[in-house]
Amino acid sequence: MSEIDSFDDEEAVLETQRLPLDLWHRERGGRMVEFAGYWMPVQYEGIIAEHLWTRESAGLFDVSHMGQLEISSEDGDHAAAAKALEALLPGEISALKPGRLRYSLLLDENGGILDDLMVTNRGSTFYLVVNGATKWDDLAHLREHLPDTITLNHLDEHGLLALQGPKAVEALARLGLEPAMADGPQLVDLKFMQAAPYLWGDRPLGISRSGYTGEDGFEISVRGEHIEALATALCEQPQVKPIGLGARDSLRLEAGLPLYGHDLSPDTDPVTAGLTFALSKRRREDGGFLGAERILPLLNDGTATTRVGLVLEGRMAAREGASVWSGEQQVGTVTSGGFSPTLQRPIAMAYVERPCAAENTSLEVEVRGKRLVASVVPMPFVPHRYHR
Amino acid sequence: MTRYFTKDHEWIEVDGDTGTVGITDYAQGQLGDITFVELPAEGASVGKGDAVSVVDSVKAASDVYSPVSGTVDQANAALADEPELVNSDAEKGGWLFRLTLTDPAELDGLMDEAAYKAFVEAL
Repeated sequence: MSEIDSFDDEEAVLETQRLPLDLWHRERGGRMVEFAGYWMPVQYEGIIAEHLWTRESAGLFDVSHMGQLEISSEDGDHAAAAKALEALLPGEISALKPGRLRYSLLLDENGGILDDLMVTNRGSTFYLVVNGATKWDDLAHLREHLPDTITLNHLDEHGLLALQGPKAVEALARLGLEPAMADGPQLVDLKFMQAAPYLWGDRPLGISRSGYTGEDGFEISVRGEHIEALATALCEQPQVKPIGLGARDSLRLEAGLPLYGHDLSPDTDPVTAGLTFALSKRRREDGGFLGAERILPLLNDGTATTRVGLVLEGRMAAREGASVWSGEQQVGTVTSGGFSPTLQRPIAMAYVERPCAAENTSLEVEVRGKRLVASVVPMPFVPHRYHR
Repeated sequence: MTRYFTKDHEWIEVDGDTGTVGITDYAQGQLGDITFVELPAEGASVGKGDAVSVVDSVKAASDVYSPVSGTVDQANAALADEPELVNSDAEKGGWLFRLTLTDPAELDGLMDEAAYKAFVEAL
């Protein structure tokens, strides 16, 4: 037998790097694969078991391959840093309150998506989390476009953990974290898309209530020298098991969240991708970000294709690259797909022509020469359960 | 009955001119959770090394090659509702299909159990 397709072969890299938790994953039975230039655990006990565990309890994900960047103004002018970011992102960064984060997009001149990211207002800096496979290109893009008065710091001495699932809060609370600032919120009082600094003993942690699974949970930025102790302490909690990349992918797919490099690319604009929520109202009116001239007219004119969710009949999964058909007409392409452990059926994201994008439209997906019946459904496939 | 193995991690158990084919326990472990098995049509004529079946796991779809040439007599109908049998019982209840061998001499090129075990340990 041979593997026909798999998601662990992102792109050729010079030499696969080891993250701070490399040995920790191996000791716990993590099966390591190359991903975004790093060795990463694709699974421990099995993707379905890990997936379901995260949905009912709490899963710990090592996402230290992702890029953590900090942006600030040399003279301490925080508003200037916000303005500088607004030239590159379509979100209203200047309206982002301290301790809040939001999803945004790094765009090129043509409105193509260079990356998707989270930006947090840390009070005196903006903290960005970008994708692992794109972080070096992102850094180059930011350095090229940010003014000289803006400092860009790659926090490459920090690792990143995501603790996700309905019991994540219960598990993390057991570590007895203290707010690092006198007026900071208690951990359990953080709401979805809020962030604050905490202390675990004397070890600083940057925590946000966010994630990419559709569940309640946290993302924890931690210095590399403390990450092993933190991961171990979290996995000692009865609610928590380590989870690999495989389940991370199936969880985000069920949550309807696009994966950069698959569902998003420089050939995709935010309107076609169905990410218009990332285009803030003021930015739509005023423009002034890279790609605005291309993107803003699309809000009125519409786009030829759009990103939709598909559920397939039967059990055969359709994956990236599968063609989507309406009768004898090819109307689109699957950008990611797989078997949904929660729904027990195959699901997929696809870009299809607008007339075929309406809910309940019946389409077909071609997999290995067979036509599978598929139906357009709203996303998320599995409801989000964020702590709002 | 004699059992043979391929370098592509299929097994075939031969009884007279009938062979039962599946993937090895090692293979299922590598694939992870199996969610769907596409089986060859009964009556299909297959050649040695042909991709005749697909095992779909949560992470990937993998071709299964026929270890020998023959005519497919039966596909394992239990896998339609219970593809995870290939995980739990790969080398017995999780068999994929049975075929009538057209050229039993092809078996000579396959490994026996000891040789396959050594092959896997060397991977």
